[in-house]
Amino acid sequence: MAENNFLLAGFGGQGILFAGKVIAYAGLADEKQVSWLPSYGPEMRGGTANCSVCLSENVIGSPLVTEPNGFVAMNLPSFDKFIDSVEKDGVVIVESSLIERKVERTDVRAFYVPATKIAEENGLKGLANIILIGKLWKETQFCTKDALVAGVKKSVPAKKAHLVDSNLKALELGIAFEA
Amino acid sequence: MAEKVLMKGNEALAEAAIQAGCRHFFGYPITPQTELAAYMAKKMPKIGGTYLQAESEVAAINMVYGAASAGVRAMTSSSSPGISLKSEGISYLAGADLPCLIINVQRGGPGLGGIQPSQSDYWQATKANGHGDFQVLVFAPSTVQEMVDLVAGAFDKADKYRMPAMILADGMLGQMMEPVEIRETEVNQIEKPWATNGTNGEREHNVVNSLYIQPDELERLVFERYEKYKKIEAEEQMSESYLTEDAEIVVVAYGASSRVVRSAVNAARAEGIKVGLVRPITLWPYPKAAVDAVCDTAKKLLVVEMSMGQMVEDVRLVANGRLPVEFYGRTGGIIPTPAEVLAKIKEMAGGNE
Repeated sequence: MAENNFLLAGFGGQGILFAGKVIAYAGLADEKQVSWLPSYGPEMRGGTANCSVCLSENVIGSPLVTEPNGFVAMNLPSFDKFIDSVEKDGVVIVESSLIERKVERTDVRAFYVPATKIAEENGLKGLANIILIGKLWKETQFCTKDALVAGVKKSVPAKKAHLVDSNLKALELGIAFEA
Repeated sequence: MAEKVLMKGNEALAEAAIQAGCRHFFGYPITPQTELAAYMAKKMPKIGGTYLQAESEVAAINMVYGAASAGVRAMTSSSSPGISLKSEGISYLAGADLPCLIINVQRGGPGLGGIQPSQSDYWQATKANGHGDFQVLVFAPSTVQEMVDLVAGAFDKADKYRMPAMILADGMLGQMMEPVEIRETEVNQIEKPWATNGTNGEREHNVVNSLYIQPDELERLVFERYEKYKKIEAEEQMSESYLTEDAEIVVVAYGASSRVVRSAVNAARAEGIKVGLVRPITLWPYPKAAVDAVCDTAKKLLVVEMSMGQMVEDVRLVANGRLPVEFYGRTGGIIPTPAEVLAKIKEMAGGNE
């Protein structure tokens, strides 16, 4: 399978880094090479907290994803900043309850998921990030389903183990979502 | 085999130091190495160790001096501006032949600079960690696993040669997470008969000191130290060579930038360009043998750094005019992209034809 170079971006507090961790642990459960690189410092306070995640069968070179083949946008500044960097034929997942803009490019596969709305309707406030990861998985198949579930279980800290079920439910909602 | 877990480079360095028997950590907070000190603050009290946040970097390095004098494995960590503050202490440690581990998670400079990743402290680490004639062992990991693997070795070598060791990382390696396996190993206990750890009334007092007023005595000591350095240069060079055998262009890069270069090398190979990578793992001693070997087989060398060009001077010394040595760098906290490095490789390859 090809390499997955993902870029997740949004506001601080939307769970961007956690979502990236789920993907990284899912890749690890599939015995892939993985890397997770967060943005840090002042750029996180200006509207674009982001996280690069790479999954590969081979040794990972640069962990900084500059040309993602999977891009999850959770706010408009991030959408605008990175949409042109997405690789041709790449997958773009847009949080459409927060971003009204459409993807103008025709050489990428864009999907619009009103994840924050879906989360609220299902009593899963704060899990829009995981819904989007469900959709990203559906469209890119970056790991096996078992590994994806393992990724969620591994990422939720032991102290918050009671949140595993709601995270898994959010994942399923994202996987099942059809625009 | 232990289960692999995701860890930030900073946390992995801390855990590896604990596994290597370090129980004395002295630091002062600075981005982007914060998680290292935070991890130590959490862990050390639980295992009977000492975590001490000093009042300054100067204090922290002198606490390392004190602990190292007593013969224990001691360490400090900081980032570029903080390392500059420690330089007096590092010189004293070298002058007193004390082993310790210093970690520099580099950020952009000079001055307060920025907080994004950089490699612009190469000269400081390898040539001038402080005043006087001395060297420090310098290790440059490029993955989180390698950060773990180099720590115990750095402590061992520091103890063996009685000199400070440094891990030269950067903000990218410190902040990123990768799977790591932390293997439980026996700590190498190296005898330290010179340590000032109490005589029990059974031996003469040991003295740890870097002051030698008589020039002939000081010169003799520095000569002895340089004999030791010669031995280290002969025996302790570490590097990795990747696809260099048939390479017409060899890129030399270490740490974070070597990962960018690896991506660019793979992309160039996919286009049929014969290019390889030499990745220094020790920066002092510089892996001259590995660079020397490609000087006889390659047509051109390229050095890529997150600086204005510092290591490139060491590569040029080894090349000694045998082949052209070009440079590509970004600085100030900008990480070069594989596409930029690929463009430079293509430009050089085009010039060959």
